[in-house]
Amino acid sequence: MISTETDILRAAEDWARAGRGVAIATVVETWGSAPRPAGSHLVIDGAGNFLGSVSGGCVEGAVVAEAADVIADGKARLLEFGVADEAAWQVGLSCGGRIKVYVEKVN
Amino acid sequence: MELSTLAALNEERQARRAAVLVSDLSAGTQRLVKQAAIAGDPLADVLERQLRSGKSGMVEAGDRSYFLTVQAPHPRVVVTGAVHISQAMAPMARALDLDLVVIDPRTAFATPERFPDVTLLAEWPEETIGRIGLDAYTAFVALTHDPKIDDPGLVAALRSDCFYIGALGSRKTHGRRLERLTEAGFEASATSRIHAPIGLDIGAVSPAEIALAILAEIVATLRGPRRKPA
Repeated sequence: MISTETDILRAAEDWARAGRGVAIATVVETWGSAPRPAGSHLVIDGAGNFLGSVSGGCVEGAVVAEAADVIADGKARLLEFGVADEAAWQVGLSCGGRIKVYVEKVN
Repeated sequence: MELSTLAALNEERQARRAAVLVSDLSAGTQRLVKQAAIAGDPLADVLERQLRSGKSGMVEAGDRSYFLTVQAPHPRVVVTGAVHISQAMAPMARALDLDLVVIDPRTAFATPERFPDVTLLAEWPEETIGRIGLDAYTAFVALTHDPKIDDPGLVAALRSDCFYIGALGSRKTHGRRLERLTEAGFEASATSRIHAPIGLDIGAVSPAEIALAILAEIVATLRGPRRKPA
């Protein structure tokens, strides 16, 4: 089962212990009709495998891409997503909400 | 996040203890405050308020802002009755991240073959519940139809601050149950905590549908305060 926060943080620990590079993304702020509440997690490994979610699937791709940089240089990043224009369709929230996502490496 | 911090967070959750992870996002620093250490923490007031809300979120304290990851104990469902409905409930509870504990002293019912991967206790409820306790993150469900097994569980649940109490049975059965509980000294204000007939009214017929109705009612009670009025 990979549908719950329990499994997600447990998987992050297991992956890190297995020597995989791991980043944890956490929703830290939401405005409007954000699909996942603050505290929701997405965990990503160096190969781009991921578990969990920080949105309804709208911005996960962008978070996974940023996570690769976080795993590579070890620097945490604070990302913000909203829906503003056509381009945002690619990496935005179609529901009209806005979210901030903190991405950090597991050391 | 340090791996040791992540491991400690997982360990506290496993042990049903509350914890708050305090992250200073601008400094990139973190510390885990376990339940027992909250009262003595410099941010005690803020941490306690956030823990009571049950939600993670940003807070301001002093001239800094922190993200607090709140980890409240895992919601748990304690059931009396290793019956067909609780068998159907097991995989659903797992999918919902609810820990399921099934209690039934009848060893013909409480077999590991019928309940794989479930915490199954072939004991009388009074002794089991005295040991495991019913906390504010626990739902209690009585499913045996047998007062000898269900009533001691309900009595323990009514004396606890568990967030949900439900009992299976017709209105007539529940009427007799209320009479017994009243005789045992419970006021109507206490017995009214019992959801009966149990479960959301979805016209459930099969054991799986009844299990769904019960779990839906438990989730509604757990998450209800988060819902906005229509």
